[in-house]
Amino acid sequence: MKGVLESLVRGLGNGSVYALLALGFVIVYKATRVISFAQPAFMIAGAVAVSHLAGTTGFYLAVPLAALLVAGLALGVERVAIRPMVGRPVFVVAIITLGIDVVVRVVVNGFIGLDVRQVGDPWGLSLVEVGGLAVQQRWIAMLLTTAVLVSLLFAFFRYTRYGLAMRAAAFDQETALAQGVSVGMVFALSWALAGGLAAIAGTFAGTGQGVDQLTWIIALKALPAIIVGGLDSLGGAVIGGLAIGVVESLVQSYQGDLAPWLGQNFAVVTPYAVMLLVLLVRPYGLFGTPEVERV
Amino acid sequence: MLEVRNLEVVYDDVMLVLRGVSLRVPAGSIVALLGANGAGKTTLLRALSGLLDVHDGEITKGSVLLDGEPVHGLRPAQLVRRGVSQVMEGRRIFAELTVEENLKVGAHTAARSSAENLERVYGLFPLLKERRRNVSGYLSGGEQQMLAVGRALMAGPRYLLLDEPSLGLAPSLVRQVRDLVVEINRQGTTVLLVEQNATMALSVADHGYVMETGKIVMDRPAAELLADEDIKEFYLGLGAEGAVKSFREVKHYRRRKRWLS
Repeated sequence: MKGVLESLVRGLGNGSVYALLALGFVIVYKATRVISFAQPAFMIAGAVAVSHLAGTTGFYLAVPLAALLVAGLALGVERVAIRPMVGRPVFVVAIITLGIDVVVRVVVNGFIGLDVRQVGDPWGLSLVEVGGLAVQQRWIAMLLTTAVLVSLLFAFFRYTRYGLAMRAAAFDQETALAQGVSVGMVFALSWALAGGLAAIAGTFAGTGQGVDQLTWIIALKALPAIIVGGLDSLGGAVIGGLAIGVVESLVQSYQGDLAPWLGQNFAVVTPYAVMLLVLLVRPYGLFGTPEVERV
Repeated sequence: MLEVRNLEVVYDDVMLVLRGVSLRVPAGSIVALLGANGAGKTTLLRALSGLLDVHDGEITKGSVLLDGEPVHGLRPAQLVRRGVSQVMEGRRIFAELTVEENLKVGAHTAARSSAENLERVYGLFPLLKERRRNVSGYLSGGEQQMLAVGRALMAGPRYLLLDEPSLGLAPSLVRQVRDLVVEINRQGTTVLLVEQNATMALSVADHGYVMETGKIVMDRPAAELLADEDIKEFYLGLGAEGAVKSFREVKHYRRRKRWLS
């Protein structure tokens, strides 16, 4: 039982990284109807920025700074590469984001070098005792930070003028325009938010193990998370991310004993297996809007 | 005064929809713009509210003047800030948002006077106040129309462009919309009312324009338009006995039939 709970906490910790990334995907998707494949690059850029800044500013100041920095980067990318494409087929824009991902990652790789870079987090792999369970401090930190960020984000979308404008524009762009909402502002804000969230997710992905040139692959697990939660649901992104994390962690702990015939490291593919299952049963995800097409 | 001078609008670089439209909406008045489907009424409103871009439309000639200043080419947000708000055809409320959230989006450009405008809108529509926490998608058609009008009023507009507010509403609700237009005007907002329901529109308007295939073909004080039998018959599709009978429609129907066969 103790093992299951510990595995659960690890899953929730990793899941909160996926959740933050998934939130970025969903925010951009809702605002622009485009899946931004640039998220992995922003994530790794955030982690690398923290690793460089932490030495001078300390870790706790480096994280918000890096988030702002990457948000600014995302803002610039949106302005230069995405805004001119407004009105073009979303498929084209999605391919452009793939290109952005590659370009940003190549540049960022120059700042990583060939070795693993530590992000300078104070937790490392050290354990803490919570109710008799030995869990890593970083899982707890991830989960708490994510909880705070998600609450802030939901408050933003519910109570602030810009948050409401973003929801309105996501629902009906033309009508939002007619109310005086600048859709360009909505695009920019969505990219900036996605960039900032990805940067924090990247930092957490780097805690304990550091970042190298392949860390970005973690961001791909946010894709199953948004498919599970539903592409256009913020709540779904959070729950999808956590669910993917937990499933992955449980499989990692128990698959070797319970189903050794699945081979080693089956946990790595479980997010995608879960995604396939959900796609078969609810193609629009657990909380997504079913697309009704009238013919 | 909101004024349109010799306006020409082209969609997709090829489709000429407005061919030299001129129209004046004096401050404080109610002006009715009538015409059949496809006459270009909605396009004219889009030109006034800056929404042509969304539909790949472009003003190729002429100008739109707000108090003597050219405003065509401004973005919708800038026009809303200058006091021109549009209620689009078909209500177009944000169905996922609550009633109050819808209204708050309407106040996006007028954040400072948001609370005050909210009181005013709730004063006009007590029903919306009752339903403020409801998700607006579940409101009835009439309530959604009220919400759409209220949302536009949240920006505190001086000029309100109403696109077919009576569309699809029961006769008693049409009367309510009519009274509403009068009340909004009495509170100091100029109204440009685009309608298919000509009798309703002309009964409240000071001045009426009739559009046909992208041109203004008739421009008279509303009372005169309302009294003229010929106009009723040929432009508003209302026969003397109130039956809907338009020669143009018959002709159009014939033409289409030939085309299809």
